[in-house]
Amino acid sequence: MIEPDWIFGALGGLMIGAAAALYLLANGRIMGASGILGGLVDGSARADWRERGAFILGLVAAPAALFGLTGGQAATHLTPNLLIVAAAGLLVGAGTRIANGCTSGHGVCGISRLSVRGIVATVVYLIAGGATVLVFRHMLGVI
Amino acid sequence: MRALFALLSGGLFGAGLFVSGMTDTRKVQGWLDLFGDWDPTLAFVLGGAILPMAIAWRLTEGRRPALGGVFPPKPELRIDPSLVGGSALFGIGWGLAGLCPGPAMASLSYGGVGGVVFLAAMVVGMLLAVPLRARLAAMPRPA
Repeated sequence: MIEPDWIFGALGGLMIGAAAALYLLANGRIMGASGILGGLVDGSARADWRERGAFILGLVAAPAALFGLTGGQAATHLTPNLLIVAAAGLLVGAGTRIANGCTSGHGVCGISRLSVRGIVATVVYLIAGGATVLVFRHMLGVI
Repeated sequence: MRALFALLSGGLFGAGLFVSGMTDTRKVQGWLDLFGDWDPTLAFVLGGAILPMAIAWRLTEGRRPALGGVFPPKPELRIDPSLVGGSALFGIGWGLAGLCPGPAMASLSYGGVGGVVFLAAMVVGMLLAVPLRARLAAMPRPA
């Protein structure tokens, strides 16, 4: 049985891949969300701040427009526990910059290039994420 | 021109994240929840995204980016503590909240207070990564 969510997932995935392809073929850059933001945040990429800023503007504005157009039904369902949210944000920010990539850079851009580093990173964060959900959801019951 | 294409790419990336459902933390944590009510949507998203990107990498061969410069070289085949440790930290944060950097930015307009807290913590984490990265880089490398 094919679920509608899977079709939307594949369709959205194709759009994500097309966005990464455009950024690569036009601008010559890897579309990695953590790297584009991180370079702006720590000042290591001041020279191309316009390009990075424009990317982030599009990344925030397009879903905002779609959210309005679709009647404001989308929700993140993020846990209301702000302590967990803050801890998770810290780990995601530090981890992606230490590993030099996240789901978009190592996952989408790395795997599609058969980059061993991208594949290793993806396997590691999938295992760590799965173990975290197992421990914090099923053993501790806090998420 | 570079900023315009970055804006278009960021917009398409954000729209793809919205359509795919990847800004919904339930779907992401559902994917990581192998021992609970497993949700395979993320596999369709990743598969859909890798397809156009694999074609794009083929198109880079023997060419230059449309807007000038050079394509990013394939990273050297080095699996170091930064890649593995950073990805593990990222995976723990990803599992805890169900957000990674792209969706965290894409859902800013409808993610509420929690979304802002996550993004702020992520930025702090990215700043904390700067000294951590320097320390890891100074560690002696196994021969």
